[in-house]
Amino acid sequence: MMEIAGLSGILGAWYDFRDLNNLQRLITEWIADWGPDWLASIVTGLLGALGILGVIGPTLLVLIWVERKVIARFQQRYGPNRVGPKGLLQPVADAVKLILKEQLAPRAADKLIFFLPPVLIFIPGILIWGVLPFGPRMSVADLNVGVLFLLAVSGTAVLVIFMAGWSSNNKYALLGAMRAVAMSISYEVPMVLALLTLVVFSGTMSINGIVEWQQQEDVIFILLFPLTALVFFFAASAELNRTPADISEAESEIVAGYHTEYSGMRFGLFYAVELGNTLVVSGFIATFFLGGWWLWGLDEWVPSWIILLAKTGAVYFLLIWTRGTLPRLRVDQLMSLCWKALVPATLLFVVVAFVERTLLISEGWDTTIALPIMAVINIGLSLGAIMLFARVARPADLRRPARIRMAGAEIGGLRAARSVAARSEEPQFQVGGD
Amino acid sequence: MTTSDDTRLAMQGTIEALTSGGGSEPVVVNLGPQHPSTHGVFRLKVTLDGEIVQDAEMRIGYLHRSMEKLAEERTYTQNIPFTDRIDYLAAMSNNLAYCLAAEELLGIEVPARAQAIRVMFAELQRVASHAMANGTFINDCGAWHTPLFHMFRDRERVLDMFEMTCGARLTTNYMRIGGVAFDLPDELLPTLERFLDDMPENIANYEALLLENEILHARARGVGVISPEMAINSSLSGPVLRATGVPWDLRKASPYCGYEQYEFDVPVGERGDCFDRFLVRMAEVKQSLHILRQVVDALPEGPYLADVPLHARPEPGEAYARVESPRGELGFYLVSDGGPAPYRFHCRPPSLINLSALKEMSLGGTLADAIVTLGSIDIVVGEIDR
Repeated sequence: MMEIAGLSGILGAWYDFRDLNNLQRLITEWIADWGPDWLASIVTGLLGALGILGVIGPTLLVLIWVERKVIARFQQRYGPNRVGPKGLLQPVADAVKLILKEQLAPRAADKLIFFLPPVLIFIPGILIWGVLPFGPRMSVADLNVGVLFLLAVSGTAVLVIFMAGWSSNNKYALLGAMRAVAMSISYEVPMVLALLTLVVFSGTMSINGIVEWQQQEDVIFILLFPLTALVFFFAASAELNRTPADISEAESEIVAGYHTEYSGMRFGLFYAVELGNTLVVSGFIATFFLGGWWLWGLDEWVPSWIILLAKTGAVYFLLIWTRGTLPRLRVDQLMSLCWKALVPATLLFVVVAFVERTLLISEGWDTTIALPIMAVINIGLSLGAIMLFARVARPADLRRPARIRMAGAEIGGLRAARSVAARSEEPQFQVGGD
Repeated sequence: MTTSDDTRLAMQGTIEALTSGGGSEPVVVNLGPQHPSTHGVFRLKVTLDGEIVQDAEMRIGYLHRSMEKLAEERTYTQNIPFTDRIDYLAAMSNNLAYCLAAEELLGIEVPARAQAIRVMFAELQRVASHAMANGTFINDCGAWHTPLFHMFRDRERVLDMFEMTCGARLTTNYMRIGGVAFDLPDELLPTLERFLDDMPENIANYEALLLENEILHARARGVGVISPEMAINSSLSGPVLRATGVPWDLRKASPYCGYEQYEFDVPVGERGDCFDRFLVRMAEVKQSLHILRQVVDALPEGPYLADVPLHARPEPGEAYARVESPRGELGFYLVSDGGPAPYRFHCRPPSLINLSALKEMSLGGTLADAIVTLGSIDIVVGEIDR
């Protein structure tokens, strides 16, 4: 009798879309009624993992289509529109093609290390999903050190990338891998500092805790720490190898970077993980800075995971937008941007967060009044910092405007050039400069 | 020793140098002949110390089609299609330069309408070619094709006009000795008017998108700099020369096809870096549109082709004619021995000569700078190898 009651409870929970965790809880309770505790843990763990894998796979296929369509619209093209309705089956066709293609390996490659990366890169790519909270209780692992876990797991991917670049025995791949390592090490610093700001301010390292703090205080972190959010966004897009920081696979310079020598589905796996990482990082940006599954009470009516997906989609669109618009920075420029501008800026806000947190806690300031004031102060500080760094960190080459003069009558060599340059009137066209 | 052995040895050397713990060794990286950044089959062999270019060696000849020798076996008229294929992004300009040389050799007067039509198509070609040059340049800076595709819309409209007039889009074969092959079709002038009306807005869009972009400035300003003295000594021409500040434009310096009737300016840069080249091209497109407007407004009536025998046999002698092609000074040198085919057919390609300064421009910069510099020179490999 107990079993039947449990099953009907499960069926009843299907209708409660707001929190899929109910389903898991019912299963756990149902198993706990007749089985050992460890079985319940294993079953729910597996269900969570399968749920994530089952969601990611199809989502990636749709995302490929979405990204290609959106980029195509930026570029005045139609994008894929041949396979299936509106080209929706194009990613499936591509995947089938990639699976059927021959797996080539360079003769001089280090075979084992060459073979492993496409598989290994999946591990951090999947693990990182485990700590993304889709709802108040909806994450596979609600760790109390979730932020640490996130940083640790995302940091391991670079090792796999270096394995791929090194073992290919290809100079483009090696250059790409070295760039990836250098960039990953550098950009992890502002990323860590940005998250440290939130951790200090909200007083918790649990990712769900950070969302709950935002819910409790009725404020999203992007309003409190706009510059930190911007730095995190940029650093994340650098870690993801997306323009303007896609130097480790800069097409016009080093062909495809570390995965130059990978063909067929091996390349496909790299591509899939990269896309999946983009999605999950959009999710984390939405979680940390845009309030995650919470949206000023709307989460009472709409399933929380739909809110998170909507915010993730918005961040993802921003990432596609920057990719479709901006040129790529040079390696040294990326590094100097990171160390000379992003790190000091985030460090400043770590200090600001410490001070403001102390004021809130030890002085017992009323958060409803103090938080808006702090938000205004921080926004002002952010703008000031941006203006200061734009001035200080700007290379000397860019401080002078580029000028175009019109030579009408003077035609000739150096003498004409000098007379045009010496002309006192304003140049016809002037751009840039301070 | 095959190339792959070569590469593997170099690679082993690199790995040994890296793993032995001390010192470093330059890496030789081949960009091309098949590489996403080389415009055509051009091979640039760079020696890198980390990311810094220590040496750059240009290897050309992968697209050699023996144009000049082939041309010695064909009549003067039959040679026109070859010129399309020399610089396939500016076929009209090449047609024009060759026809000017042949006309000089034959002593032919070109009717006024043909002159105006030639100017019209040469300038349209410049607009199309600069759209390609600037688009691919931004691409080399790493902007994921978006500006390129936007600029290609304009190029597409120009190519449509070519197709409307002569049936071909890329290898037009439109100019003839003594004029042009066909008169303008009725629908061309309205299309051209619409194009001229739309272009200022499009250019304003590109400028809004690109000119104040800090990343583009950071990538292109002060990169690939060449001094005016060095540019003149290297015999550079076209936007690469004008970006250094030297106002040298053959349309002004030695006018042909009646360019002296049209009012236009020669935009010159200041520092001779990649960004100046880009700006000069943008400004030149505006000047071309200005010229086109004047051509359309004062298009003379009359014949479009002079009376020229199909198998002309010029008197023994030689002729050199040069035009300002989108890439620079494009010259054709013809020698006649009195026969129906040229005794010698020589092309002075601007791409090859502009490319010769690449090493000078890219030494000491990073690999990424070398790519941007290569993109800013705007080479066409068909013209380099012929």
